[in-house]
Amino acid sequence: MAKNAKKGGRPPMDFGVLKRVLKLLFSYYPVLAPLTVFCILFSAVTSAIPSLFLQQVINAIEKYQLTKDWATASGEVIPKVVLLACFYVLSMISITVYTQLMAYMTQGFLCKMRRSMFDTMQSLPISYFDRNKHGDIMSYYTNDIDTLRQLVSQAFPSLIQATAILTTVFFIMLYNSIWMTLVLLCGVVAMVFVVKKVGGGSAKYFIRQQQAMGRAEGFAQEMMNGQKVIKSFCHEKEATADFDKINEALCEDSTRAHAYANCMGPIIGNIGNILYAVMATVGGLFLISGAYNLSLRGIFTGQAVFTLGIVVPFLNMTKQFTGNVNTLSQQMNSIVMGIAGARRIFDLMDQAPEDDEGYVTLVNAEVDAKGNITETDKRTGKWAWKHPHGDGSLTYTLLRGDVRLTEVDFAYVEGKTVLHDVSVYAEPGQKVAFVGATGAGKTTITNLINRFYDIADGKIRYDGINVNKIKKADLRRSLGIVLQETNLFTGTVMDNIRYGRLDATDEECIAAARLAGADDFITRLPGGYDTELANNGANLSQGQRQLIAIARAAVADPPVMILDEATSSIDTRTEAIVQRGMDKLMEGRTVFVIAHRLSTVRNSDVIMVLDHGRIIERGNHEKLIEERGTYYKLYTGAFELE
Amino acid sequence: MIKRLAGCIREYKRPTLLTLIFIIGEVIIEVFIPFIAADLVNQIKNGAGMDTVMLQGGLLILMAVCSLACGAIAGYTCAKASAGFAKNLRGDLFRKIQTYSFENIDKFSSASLVTRLTTDVGNAQMSYMMVIRTAIRAPLMFLFAIVMAYVMGGALATTFVVVVPVLICGLLLVAKHAMPAFRRVFKKYDRLNEAIEENVRGMRVVKGFSREDYEKEKFGAASEDIMKDFTRAERIVALNTPIMQFCLYFNMIFVLIVGSRLAITSGGASLDVGQISAMLTYGMQILMSLMMLSMIYVILTMSAESFKRICQVLDEQSALRNPESPIFDIADGSVDFEGVSFKYSQKAKKNALSDIDLHIKSGMTVGIIGGTGSSKSTLVQLIPRLYDTTEGVVKVGGVDVRKYDIESLRSAVSMVLQKNLLFSGTIAQNLRWGNADATDEELVEACKLAQAHDFVSSFPDGYETKIEQGGTNVSGGQKQRLCIARALLKKPKILILDDSTSAVDTRTDALIREGFKQYIPTTTKIIIAQRISSVQDADMIIVMENGAISAVGTHDELLASSDIYREVYEQQIKGSDGKEEA
Repeated sequence: MAKNAKKGGRPPMDFGVLKRVLKLLFSYYPVLAPLTVFCILFSAVTSAIPSLFLQQVINAIEKYQLTKDWATASGEVIPKVVLLACFYVLSMISITVYTQLMAYMTQGFLCKMRRSMFDTMQSLPISYFDRNKHGDIMSYYTNDIDTLRQLVSQAFPSLIQATAILTTVFFIMLYNSIWMTLVLLCGVVAMVFVVKKVGGGSAKYFIRQQQAMGRAEGFAQEMMNGQKVIKSFCHEKEATADFDKINEALCEDSTRAHAYANCMGPIIGNIGNILYAVMATVGGLFLISGAYNLSLRGIFTGQAVFTLGIVVPFLNMTKQFTGNVNTLSQQMNSIVMGIAGARRIFDLMDQAPEDDEGYVTLVNAEVDAKGNITETDKRTGKWAWKHPHGDGSLTYTLLRGDVRLTEVDFAYVEGKTVLHDVSVYAEPGQKVAFVGATGAGKTTITNLINRFYDIADGKIRYDGINVNKIKKADLRRSLGIVLQETNLFTGTVMDNIRYGRLDATDEECIAAARLAGADDFITRLPGGYDTELANNGANLSQGQRQLIAIARAAVADPPVMILDEATSSIDTRTEAIVQRGMDKLMEGRTVFVIAHRLSTVRNSDVIMVLDHGRIIERGNHEKLIEERGTYYKLYTGAFELE
Repeated sequence: MIKRLAGCIREYKRPTLLTLIFIIGEVIIEVFIPFIAADLVNQIKNGAGMDTVMLQGGLLILMAVCSLACGAIAGYTCAKASAGFAKNLRGDLFRKIQTYSFENIDKFSSASLVTRLTTDVGNAQMSYMMVIRTAIRAPLMFLFAIVMAYVMGGALATTFVVVVPVLICGLLLVAKHAMPAFRRVFKKYDRLNEAIEENVRGMRVVKGFSREDYEKEKFGAASEDIMKDFTRAERIVALNTPIMQFCLYFNMIFVLIVGSRLAITSGGASLDVGQISAMLTYGMQILMSLMMLSMIYVILTMSAESFKRICQVLDEQSALRNPESPIFDIADGSVDFEGVSFKYSQKAKKNALSDIDLHIKSGMTVGIIGGTGSSKSTLVQLIPRLYDTTEGVVKVGGVDVRKYDIESLRSAVSMVLQKNLLFSGTIAQNLRWGNADATDEELVEACKLAQAHDFVSSFPDGYETKIEQGGTNVSGGQKQRLCIARALLKKPKILILDDSTSAVDTRTDALIREGFKQYIPTTTKIIIAQRISSVQDADMIIVMENGAISAVGTHDELLASSDIYREVYEQQIKGSDGKEEA
């Protein structure tokens, strides 16, 4: 274990993590958790004590066996058995209570953990998802939660119970004979040594197995995703050979991990048996030699002779003792893996959420004849920024869609600036296009407008308000976004469109789909608007998915829209239909367009040509063509090589 | 199903058998140990001499050592057998998937295939281990313990006639109620994880629409729902322990009362103290073995779903097969479609392609234009026989594609798929997918042709630059160009680009096509594109609509004859009239 700790950086037995799990458990269940612990302890005691009575019954039988007098014997035996039965009943009640409580608490705890992970996740900045592999995030919810379940539902109770029994039995043993306890302890030291060795090996290989499994999963994922490429390149044999290598390594680590784990039981169990034999022999020796018995009982009562009444129960206790050491050792893996899992979960939960100091909110507005703005709950098609001030007064600014970036610099990673001194003025109703090579910074600009990322230097103002002052949720609500990579959710087509505005009626959703030019193909789907989409709409083509995404943004009916390569997979004829629809929807509102296809951006009011994070040209199509600059070259590129 | 899975044990039959043998040994010793131990206690009580005690103790230690050895060896062989079984299963699954045709691949989602390869195989491994460890141990232990109990306890053993059925009924009842609950839980659990995955993937959408609270609420409701079912299931299973305890304690009390009376009245003649303690031990063993059996039952039923999912993949038959006496040589790059119709599945009502007749001469450049869903991709996928036609014949080099060896056909027909991928590894490794033996010069040559050489050499590590999973560290356009280079390395007779330059700027696009014309004039080039500019210089342009060919001709012919073509063209160059001639 010590070796492991050095290699892994952090020790596998991290009690801080364990403490935190326990703290959470107790804070979720301030009454039930202590009650459960009490029941576990109670059941441990009630199942340890009966061995005392059992021995007394046996002693009585021995005594009366010689007289064959059942009548008097029963007077002594029966009450003891009844007392024994009483303890058993108590033990059963406490076990029933604690196992039920445990089942209830474990699931409740996991549910709360899961929710709290999910809540944290929703509050994290986009950069977190850019930094971490999706598979890794997923495994927090699957593998790590599972190890946590093992830890809470099995390892903890066993740990408490076994420790309690071990302590109880230990004192009873001391009460009976200190000498024999010492002999037993020697054996236990050997057991602990084996547990450490074997358990350490097992933990080490389980972690390795986990890593090997991760590699296999990663490889499988990549190959399954690229299966069609593999087929078209006839690369099956190579892929299989690579997989075999990974599979073989996984098999080896898995064999080792399980071999260690499987051996633990028989080894500890049989050391227990050997100890039993040794104790019996030693006990016999003590009996025969009539040695002096040092014991707590002896200290108090002066009784100092080895008797059968001491040796025989001692043997039973030996069994109980070693049995519980075995139980503890079986939980080692669960604990080590549980700690590792819990640590990863806490890492996620401790991530700093996206900070949001905004206080300006977006409200539906009514404008009367005099131009006064009042707030309303109804959708009026007009919005206003509600701006509370330090003195408690409120002002309303009509949302117009005026977005200004002034001298903005930005870097995703410190030192690697991707936007230099970018200024963009989008006036209400304008269509602003960004053109440029991949990596020129087009998407970055839109990421800054809706504050997926925060700028390093410069200012972004929305209707004259610094975007940092606007609550993120409201800011994003005011911006409809359609991304190149469409993400649809499990549910019907209708559900997916309604995602844009949850209170939209079916008619409104269908109207949005018509606007987006999606109605045509949706009605031809087997279930129409009720067709279930699964697996990110795998049963649709990329273009169809983009059409649904556009409908989703259209139903939100946002004051400002960002279309980031939103029509890249749609053929130009359909695109023209979509564009007509969108132009109608966005009449008088601001639109940002990013596109590779110049035909998509041609009718924009302003076209910004970006190169390596700088705006190198700006103007409308005619002006840029006249300038004969980069845009002209791009635009005429197709015709140059006739 | 079991037979199918058992077939994957193969070379691991030996460790499996060894496991069983050593476990039998372990169980036999384990059953005798209490017997010897009880005897030892009796010896001590009866005041036996030192040497007898030592002898008996020594025997006990010897047995324990043997049992330890058996147990440890069995533990190892069992781990080996089950891990090996899992390995074979995983390997078989992977191999099977490699034989799948596109039609089969469409049927399974890649995520579900990954789950089968990992989680489901993992479950199979655990069940296999469980089964070979306990399937023989539990019944054997049960049997031995019962026999020993009768031998040692005589009439006292009748207690088991009562206790065992009670326990069996109890355990079965628990299992019967818990199983459906668990199955429900697992289904919901899968859905919950899917929802999480969707959120992780679509976080920009969630945040873009400010749907964080909505998602939280949805997730919260779903996890509460699971928790309720899960708690119910777990609480039912938690009853196992008290039921077991009840039987154990009942047995103890019964043995003590009846046993003590019997022992005392007979003066130890028909039953003595040692026998009573032995009875208690055997009672424990009997009940434990039953408990184990019920565990196997529970685990097996829980993994049944995994077994089913694994078998689904193994039993799926590839829709495409190599012909009996395949042709290995492809004469030239000519392509002919004769009366071809195609639908993706037999159940589909509508044809994806209907009545396609098309003749492409070797060395031609062919452009294909058409709207979303007009089956352009479907058409070209029939050429390397990624799918088989439903009706009609596709010929390459004048021969029906179904008569070729599939591998030879696909090396001659190089296709850059619309959804193309690079794999983790260096750029050079990725390129060598096209030709494993390609020299560095050939790599450079292909990259120059695909206009990829400049940006590749601008990377600090050049061709040794590592591509991350999914190719996230190169831009879309760069990825497409690398994919084209990879396809070129096959030195194909037919090159198909399925919308493979959509992210490449028009100038580079033109340069690529120019290079094709110059350096691979004999290769037939089929280019699917959205941009008219990508196809307008082609020898032949095909306009597709709704799975049929709407018009065929050169750019000028189509401008005159095809309304669709003209409309698309005008759409794309609108506002720049006059510039065309400039």
